[in-house]
Amino acid sequence: MKKKIRMRVNGKKVEVEVPTNRLLIDCLRYDLGLTGTKEGCSVGVCGACTVLMDGEMVSSCLELAVFADGHEITTVEGLAKDGELHPVQKSFIKYGGFQCGICTPGQVVAAKALLDEVPKPTEEQIKEWMMGNLCRCTGYYKIIESIQKAHQFAK
Amino acid sequence: MIPFEYRTPKSLKEVQADLKQFGTDAKLIAGGTALVIMMKQRLVRPSCLISLRQVRGLNAIAVKDGGLGIGGLVTHREVETSSLVRRRMPLLAETYRHVATIRVRNVATVGGGIAHADPNQDPPPTLIALGATVKVSSAHGSRLIPLEEFFTDYYETVLKPEEIITEVLVPRVPPNSGVAFLKFLPRTADDYATVSAAAVVTLDRSKKTFADVSIALGSVGTTPIRAREAEAVLRGQPVKTEAIREAAEKAKEAVDPISDFRGSAAYKREMAGVFVRRALEKALDSVSGKRARPKQKRPAPKRRKR
Repeated sequence: MKKKIRMRVNGKKVEVEVPTNRLLIDCLRYDLGLTGTKEGCSVGVCGACTVLMDGEMVSSCLELAVFADGHEITTVEGLAKDGELHPVQKSFIKYGGFQCGICTPGQVVAAKALLDEVPKPTEEQIKEWMMGNLCRCTGYYKIIESIQKAHQFAK
Repeated sequence: MIPFEYRTPKSLKEVQADLKQFGTDAKLIAGGTALVIMMKQRLVRPSCLISLRQVRGLNAIAVKDGGLGIGGLVTHREVETSSLVRRRMPLLAETYRHVATIRVRNVATVGGGIAHADPNQDPPPTLIALGATVKVSSAHGSRLIPLEEFFTDYYETVLKPEEIITEVLVPRVPPNSGVAFLKFLPRTADDYATVSAAAVVTLDRSKKTFADVSIALGSVGTTPIRAREAEAVLRGQPVKTEAIREAAEKAKEAVDPISDFRGSAAYKREMAGVFVRRALEKALDSVSGKRARPKQKRPAPKRRKR
């Protein structure tokens, strides 16, 4: 059973026919080739698959692709503009906000959503917001620092 | 996940038409944060998935009869951040804020959470203590069900297959009342509770006697549990520490927890007493105006000999 869906992914209109049981993460990775989004726990706990749907973070491993029909999706590939990295990406690089890297796309996307709402978040706000993005290397201090200092790179 | 038909009705009428066509093989889905996992695990294998996401008119939060009416499709995050809820019923906002993570709360709906009927969830104890009612609709009209009578077993409710939760009605908290919800989380902040307890206390005009009390617990049985005998201990009684302790003891008799990685059954029963006591104390502290809770006489801590 297939269904044609139309969505906007990272600003581009996309039309794709998917089986109804296709998960959004699989649609992004295998149908659209956007492999930046990672699959970790597959049950919505770890945050590796975080993407934005209409600007709000969701677990793409718990969303059916058909749910995205008519919506706007932002993945880690959509953060850079005209070849220039998003401030939060620059900050993660400058302040070492990652170790092995598997959780990084989810961390960066979640952090972007936070910064859209609160440009200069406090440590408490960061901890509450990022609570659902796990880092298996436990490199949380650097992640928090990177988010806290991201505003330095904003224009 | 096995393949399925997918429908996106725009109104309750269209939902009923789809339900009629597919019968009990169909499954309704709203946020899907719970159901998609169950489908992945093949615990649920619907032949048709009927998405409620596009059904109109079920996503408002409004004042109703002095209380609040929360549409079935309102997300957890919307309850948490709604200025109306925060102003009129801060306990509800606080309770929904305890659920999982923001990512889940952005998607999970109020109606969907209740229909899912996992006894470990946070909102049901608070909603039951507040005396909430769910409004459900079907092709035959609508009916109101007190939330306390809604849950029957693990993931089981009194909902009929063709019924949809359209609204949750939370009555106004009476004057001279205090409310509290406590979630015992020994593991991680996004976990289900080991034990959760909600309490609503209403004092008489002197603020020295319990006029009414309601206590509900989560994660300690196959459904959320109302601790009626514990309430009865307090109703009509003066506000005294001993009475609160006795009520907490009674609450331990009302629960029936299982041993799992969040604690043994015996430990959870013990914690049920502790958290009911603390919830009652916190609720008393939040009664506006006067400090209602009796001062606790605790023995001075013994100095440890060096």
